[in-house]
Amino acid sequence: MKAAKFDYTKTNDVAEALSVLTAEDGDSKVLAGSQSLGPMMNLRLARPDRLIDIRALDALKAVTQAPDHLFVGALVTHAAIEDGILPDVTRGMIQHVAAGIAYRAVRNRGTIGGSLVHADPAGDWPAALRALGAQIVIDGPAGTREAAIDTFQLGAFTVALEEDEIVRGVRVPALSGSARWGYHKICRKPGEFAESIGAYVCDPESGIARLVLAATEDAPLQLDTAAAAIAQNDGAKFDLDAARMALTETGETFDPFKLRMHAVALHRAVAQAYGA
Amino acid sequence: MSDETKTITLTVNGESVTKLVDARTHLVDFLRGELGLTGSHLGCEHGICGACSVRLDGDVVRGCLMLAIQADGASIETVEGLTASGEVADLQENFVERDALQCGFCTPGMLITAAELLREAAPKTREEIREFLSGNYCRCTGYHAIVDAVETTLTQRLEKSS
Ligand SMILES: Cc1cc2nc3c(=O)[nH]c(=O)nc-3n(C[C@H](O)[C@H](O)[C@H](O)COP(=O)(O)OP(=O)(O)OC[C@H]3O[C@@H](n4cnc5c(N)ncnc54)[C@H](O)[C@@H]3O)c2cc1C
Ligand code: FES
Ligand code: FES
Repeated sequence: MKAAKFDYTKTNDVAEALSVLTAEDGDSKVLAGSQSLGPMMNLRLARPDRLIDIRALDALKAVTQAPDHLFVGALVTHAAIEDGILPDVTRGMIQHVAAGIAYRAVRNRGTIGGSLVHADPAGDWPAALRALGAQIVIDGPAGTREAAIDTFQLGAFTVALEEDEIVRGVRVPALSGSARWGYHKICRKPGEFAESIGAYVCDPESGIARLVLAATEDAPLQLDTAAAAIAQNDGAKFDLDAARMALTETGETFDPFKLRMHAVALHRAVAQAYGA
Repeated sequence: MSDETKTITLTVNGESVTKLVDARTHLVDFLRGELGLTGSHLGCEHGICGACSVRLDGDVVRGCLMLAIQADGASIETVEGLTASGEVADLQENFVERDALQCGFCTPGMLITAAELLREAAPKTREEIREFLSGNYCRCTGYHAIVDAVETTLTQRLEKSS
């Protein structure tokens, strides 16, 4: 199908983008890579009155390194991350994740910020950045604020972002040399949205251990108790039964097939982290 | 500044084009409807099938997920351009040789996507070729012959350059 009619605005000024979002009536939407909004408009699941093309906003393309994190601008594409153009602060994790998103033609346009805001339950960035404990940097009429990723995604396709705010970028914590990570995506075809995602990050130096399950019907699920135990045992006791147990202990209910698949995703992510 | 229509100027297959477009018109509708370049096909129009693949400033993209208005100032190459320049001549020959097309609907997208892989001129396994082409659907061939054609072209190019 074809998109319904809309107005189109392009700007290279953040303040102007924000003022278009706030000032005018009707339903305005930010357009980044168009790899999620595009399909939704073509299917008429989304019918915004106005699109604000933000691809010319240089502030959202910045990549800057600090001692404890890497700031990645919202407009940085999956392809740029896949190609390893960014400084590697995650011991290769974000590069690995980027390469597994969709297909090269989609990665060439799709952005990390768009993925976070779109908040598909099976999205790769919401899962991977949750495991890394990233911070989201947000611009709004009142200035810039930061939000922890743990509270940013409220549910499937829902994030804690006001209508007059845009995501400027994301702070990705730098992992130490002794950190480990694992990321396992189960899908029937390379590049497809996942049926299940297991993500695990542990950094003994900062004491961080995070285990995340995604591609449920909701926001990614964080399994803190299991993560702490895994880190303590260097992954040794985290077999499939333990993964299933950890899932049951979250209080969520899964059908037997999904439970099995999610347990496999978590187990493989942890096994990858410990080189098993 | 906020418009339902806009005049855009872009380069298509090396030629400069200026046209008035509706904001809602995606790139492939523009290429097909306004410029008569019907090599880029539309299958799903939501990013899944890859029939609409075109090159934007040198990179392969989904032509159905990009607005024509966004191509203002950009350089677009379609399968017509890649054919005229001879960049994919060997690949096209191998497609014919290996019967890598039947109805031909997916072929332009396959060629443009494979061209991106071939450009690296690095050895690839069949598995890697399959993975790279996994975003392009073919409803006829069963893919085997397409992978053959791409693999043969890659081997020939690597032999030539060594
Ligand atoms: C065939 C196909 C397969 C895919 N497979 C996968 C996959 O396996 N894994 C995966 O994770 N993703 C997948 N995707 C989605 C892809 O990663 C998208 O790029 C991503 O979800 C959205 O990024 P975008 O830049 O394209 O955003 P857009 O589509 O432009 O925007 C998405 C939403 O975010 C909003 N938005 C965008 N940027 C900002 C910003 N800076 N501030 C505020 N709001 C903003 C928009 O208003 C819109 O609501 C797939 C897409 C396609 C077409
Ligand atoms: S028509 Fe664009 S991907 Fe199918
Ligand atoms: S040859 Fe018919 S779809 Fe590929």
